[in-house]
Amino acid sequence: MLTFMASDSEEEVCDERTSLMSAESPTSRSCQEGRPGPEDGENMAQWRSQDSEEDCEEDPDGYACSRGPGRPPGLEEELTLKYGAKHVIMLFVPVTLCMIVVVATIKSVRFYTEKNGQLIYTPFTEDTPSVGQRLLNSVLNTLIMISVIVVMTIFLVVLYKYRCYKFIHGWLILSSLMLLFLFTYIYLGEVLKTYNVAMDYPTLFLAVWNFGAVGMVCIHWKGPLVLQQAYLIMISALMALVFIKYLPEWSAWVILGAISVYDLVAVLCPKGPLRMLVETAQERNEPIFPALIYSSAMVWTVGMAKLDPSSQGALQLPYDPEMEEDSYDSFGEPSYPEAFEAPLPGYPGEELEEEEERGVKLGLGDFIFYSVLVGKAAAAGNGDWNTTLACFIAILIGLCLTLLLLAVFKKALPALPISITFGLIFYFSTDNLVRPFMDTLASHQLYI
Amino acid sequence: MTAAVFFGCAFIAFGPALALYVFTIATDPLRVTFLIAGRASEGLKSINPEETAPSMRLLAYVSGLGFGITSGVFSFVNPLFDSLGPGTVGIHGDSPQFFLNSAFMTLVIILLHVFWGIVFFDGCEKKKWYILLMVLLTHLLVSTQYYSASLHLTSSGLAASVFTD
Repeated sequence: MLTFMASDSEEEVCDERTSLMSAESPTSRSCQEGRPGPEDGENMAQWRSQDSEEDCEEDPDGYACSRGPGRPPGLEEELTLKYGAKHVIMLFVPVTLCMIVVVATIKSVRFYTEKNGQLIYTPFTEDTPSVGQRLLNSVLNTLIMISVIVVMTIFLVVLYKYRCYKFIHGWLILSSLMLLFLFTYIYLGEVLKTYNVAMDYPTLFLAVWNFGAVGMVCIHWKGPLVLQQAYLIMISALMALVFIKYLPEWSAWVILGAISVYDLVAVLCPKGPLRMLVETAQERNEPIFPALIYSSAMVWTVGMAKLDPSSQGALQLPYDPEMEEDSYDSFGEPSYPEAFEAPLPGYPGEELEEEEERGVKLGLGDFIFYSVLVGKAAAAGNGDWNTTLACFIAILIGLCLTLLLLAVFKKALPALPISITFGLIFYFSTDNLVRPFMDTLASHQLYI
Repeated sequence: MTAAVFFGCAFIAFGPALALYVFTIATDPLRVTFLIAGRASEGLKSINPEETAPSMRLLAYVSGLGFGITSGVFSFVNPLFDSLGPGTVGIHGDSPQFFLNSAFMTLVIILLHVFWGIVFFDGCEKKKWYILLMVLLTHLLVSTQYYSASLHLTSSGLAASVFTD
């Protein structure tokens, strides 16, 4: 079954911008909450949401994202929690899959744990005689990396503000080309080397070409949702593996900490670049970027009619399971780790009863940095799995909490800080405290 | 050691827990959330107004299973992945059934955690403090038995290696 990424009639208007406009704008979703309207009691149990791109045009004060007037507060919390739980699961699976791919690769393919140079963004080496020098070098590396990210983010926001859509689109296409073809080729080569499987060049090129071409189509144009999600997971995993290989040890940990602070600032501060990006997209009522946000969106019925806005109070708009952007594409690409949420259902009961549900969107940068953390934990230990598992659980707990916060606040939230903080705490405490303890217990067959 | 040992021990240790998870928890996303993050009971009560009766027991079961799986995984996953690598079990006189024993003991610990969780929550709910004490005591008892068994094995292993030399 094919779910189209860009299908709304109002979006077919602008062809070259179709893929850019394929995502629905975030506020339009979050301003669902603010739409006044009677809520049928029996509709509460069914999770309906709808696209409200035109809603916002009608509801200029819909940006408030306040509660609908007709809802009792207890019901609101019930919906929030249940909605939150469902979407927690919808994001657990892809995040888990991405981390599993990264950990499996790290543990089996030695290429990604070999030190083979550093990125140009982390020029200071960590091969220094003293601990203080090493610490200083890692802090300097972090500063350089974060400033590169900030500069790129601001550049992207400026481009977006001045409507240079073609440039952005070209940039994103270039980076996903590189990920899908070059990095996949390298990855496949290393995996084949590890398992000592011979593959001739024609077969290899056929495989990589097909993989890459279908990936480009799925991500940037139209394709089945599941396939698109799978490709997004794969490119996040590939990017995370590149980081794990090329970031030196201490720099990686400091960068993880610094980028969660940056994420917090960029998404929540009024002048933060990501927040400005989101707000600009909301003002223009258009999706931010194509295909760089993982969307757990559900199927929507193709036959959804678009009611005339002026005719009735209720609006049912074609749902566009598009993604908001944000991702960390290739080296220079800024990452916008954010989590957006679709609004809760809030339309009056109509005879058009689509059972479609909105999904939660998580930026690809989040996937990448989660996987970097877990992958570094897997690469660092000497064959130890406790640390890896502890970090994995920590990230999932953080993601769970972030999503529940999202269900409460109903606006774009940074997805990195809580998870990465938990992950770092768990990594260092497990590696230093729990691991020696569990090793001793296991060797004596002692269970507590 | 072979893949057979790896998979066999993995399924012995985690099979029942996985079955419990698949058949009772995976179907309901809320339960999965409780499993991972353990939300408070007032959230549960607000969500299931129609099903208040099993809710506390469900929470107890889910959190017991969560604790059990985590504890079992943390205890057993390192030996499990070591079984994939090269080596000879018991070359220094220890029992050659090291992995099998560990797998069964992990299974036991996981199930015990599930039961302890349910009993503990029940004791908390009915405010019968002796139940909590019993849970704690049995937990300590089980750990002590493992400890003394491991001591016994180690000493007998040493004795065996001395006698064979």
